[in-house]
Amino acid sequence: MSEEQITVAQTPDISLQYEGRVVKDTRVGYSGFIVGAEHLLEIVKSLRDELGFDYLSSVTGVDYLPEGKMEVVYHLYRSIGGPALVLKVQVPRDEAVVPSLYHLFKSSDWQEREAWDLLGIRFEGHPDLRRILTWEGFAGHPLRKDWKEPYFEEETKPFKSRWPEGITGRIEDKNPYNDNVQYPHGFDPETWVPQAEEALYTSAKKIGRDEELHTDTIVVNLGPQHPSTHGVFRMVAALDGEQVVFLKPVVGYLHRNHEKIGERNTYLQNMPFTDRLDYVSSMSNNFAYALAVEKLMGIKPPERAEYIRVMMAELTRWMNHIFSFGFLWNDLGSYFTPMIYALEERELVLDIFEAVSGSRMMCNYFRFGGVARDLPEGVLDKVKELVFERMPRRLDDIDKMLTTNEIVRNRCIGCGVLTAEQAINNGASGPNLRASGVPYDIRRADPYSIYDRLNFDVVVHYHGDVYDRYLTRLDEARQANRILQQVVRDIPEGPIMTGKPAYQVRVPAGEAYGRVEGPKGELGFYIVSNGKPNPWRYHVRAPSFINLTSLEDMCRGGKIADVVLNLGAVDIVLGEVDR
Amino acid sequence: MTGKGFLRMLFGVFKRFVMTYVEDFRKGKKRYYTKEGIESRRKADVQGIFTIQYPEEKLPVPEEFRFLPFLVYDEGPNGEKDLRCTSCGICAKVCPPQCISIVRTNDPVTGKPIPQPKEFYIDVDICMNCGLCAEYCPFDAIKMDHDYEIASYSRQNNIYDIERLAKPVSYYASIRPTNNAAEELARQEKEALKAAAKKPAAAESAG
Repeated sequence: MSEEQITVAQTPDISLQYEGRVVKDTRVGYSGFIVGAEHLLEIVKSLRDELGFDYLSSVTGVDYLPEGKMEVVYHLYRSIGGPALVLKVQVPRDEAVVPSLYHLFKSSDWQEREAWDLLGIRFEGHPDLRRILTWEGFAGHPLRKDWKEPYFEEETKPFKSRWPEGITGRIEDKNPYNDNVQYPHGFDPETWVPQAEEALYTSAKKIGRDEELHTDTIVVNLGPQHPSTHGVFRMVAALDGEQVVFLKPVVGYLHRNHEKIGERNTYLQNMPFTDRLDYVSSMSNNFAYALAVEKLMGIKPPERAEYIRVMMAELTRWMNHIFSFGFLWNDLGSYFTPMIYALEERELVLDIFEAVSGSRMMCNYFRFGGVARDLPEGVLDKVKELVFERMPRRLDDIDKMLTTNEIVRNRCIGCGVLTAEQAINNGASGPNLRASGVPYDIRRADPYSIYDRLNFDVVVHYHGDVYDRYLTRLDEARQANRILQQVVRDIPEGPIMTGKPAYQVRVPAGEAYGRVEGPKGELGFYIVSNGKPNPWRYHVRAPSFINLTSLEDMCRGGKIADVVLNLGAVDIVLGEVDR
Repeated sequence: MTGKGFLRMLFGVFKRFVMTYVEDFRKGKKRYYTKEGIESRRKADVQGIFTIQYPEEKLPVPEEFRFLPFLVYDEGPNGEKDLRCTSCGICAKVCPPQCISIVRTNDPVTGKPIPQPKEFYIDVDICMNCGLCAEYCPFDAIKMDHDYEIASYSRQNNIYDIERLAKPVSYYASIRPTNNAAEELARQEKEALKAAAKKPAAAESAG
């Protein structure tokens, strides 16, 4: 296959088509188009319906404090593949109001809520613009550049107090309890009434009520502490009998403002923090972040490093999918025996990660322009043993044990159906999207690293139910195995780093969006640099977070017992959802 | 037949259960509490039980394993501790959670900095074991440890000072033999280069 065949149509220059309403972004290092807020809706609608940009992947904001501007950045894709069309809307900081794309793309639902929560950009026309990651008693919008946390020490790291006159002492002694919180003006935690919660319960109660028969619905809270939620996660469901008529997830219990931390950090310091997003697949997170920064720096890793990277990413994918089968059984009620079987496979992969990077889960292995260190002796043999012998055998075992199992089939077939249109519109990605019949895999749709040279198939299944999601993951694990076999066969010798390792990388001003097909879906990092050692904006497009937008569509009309199954099949990690 | 798939699954589980005893029988006492027993249970072709009986058994950690930094010192002939650290501050600058703080020594007469840390603290509550300090230290002075059993009853003493952080180079060589050998080699080469560069210069000035 030649390269021309793979490349899908290039991004059109829409500034000609929508002359007067759209202008090219001419800032150095930037790309895309600037749209006036008043034209946004019509242009996005026309892009979607006429030019085929039907997949709104990422919505985020950037606070340009020196210019007094707030910018909303949209990344639109075609679900048949190809590069991004980046749209930007600029509004004044003090009066940041942008029309909401909720009614065009449901994927913007949570992302707009997040932008409102963290940046204070109001989206006009959004039906449910509540805070999502923080709570009502949170003072201000933390990602605004003039916002300061209670522990505030300095704008950027490294802090001056650490060297050469290092001050020691525990931070909590400096900031005693009660001094370390801020509340909004007029907020008293003692007399506070959770209004947003009340509103949520009221709206849940309204749905499904039959006035003639005087039937009522029951509102049930699943979580936040519940063994089926894979973490701290809550769903507010309204039930008509056993049937779910309304379901809204409530997240943010694990929120730590990853993005603000990221903006305080230097570029390199962010690398170990990305491990903590989706802590099951830290290598993929490293990969996406390294890609984004490398795009900005304009460097490429050497050949051997590319192979090592792909090897690690595919091992991660394999491990994650196996893990998800264990969880599937967990959610089906077979508590923990299958999970332990899955963990066995995971342990073997983690042994490799540990030997290579030094840590089982928090790998911190990728560097800008390569990887941290070469494969130690013996690791490649271990990987070979795994990919040529154990992996195919274990996958067949799992296939045998699960695929034809009556419990799996009865519970999963027809449960939590998501149609292709819904999946695209909700911005679902990864196995969730492909199980709904959309053959969209970033490794093929917008190839990065060496994936364009590897042989593998994009797995797609068409029913969009939990069973197909399981099958998609199973087949994808097989494809990961296939890729790994090619990688360990072809891995060349050579350097593993472009240039000298440096703890302070120079990143030219500009923006970049690096995305990979992570095990959970599209993982993207949007980074804006202003030439300083710290990123000006650091945004994570977390697949788990956006995949949850589809949860209501999957659960509505089903039984309450299936909610647990649906949530498990979305495959979320709360470290990534709440960031 | 309905139920066949279910039975197949149960058979899979049962097989595993039986294999544990078969392996126990085959390998005998060697399977538990011995080094080769532990190794055999983490191989890719393992059969039956997979778990390790911690704390009686411990998984050996690979050389690259990292857990909390320590400072390396060279032992002098009379047992004096010669810290490799020059208090250049790179580790404190690169540390992502900023848990390292260093006080630099200044010459009491001239007031100029001396390459020797006066105080060196690591707040191990904050340390995230990323290993960046060890990776970017130009003097091989700070390295990551292998000792992961450091649970304690109190958080009060969790800011480690020089006394607690300093460990001899022999310890470092014992936990990371390959790394240490490679670093020693690089250092010797560097010194040889330096000496070679010095010699002609000395000869020239003499001549």
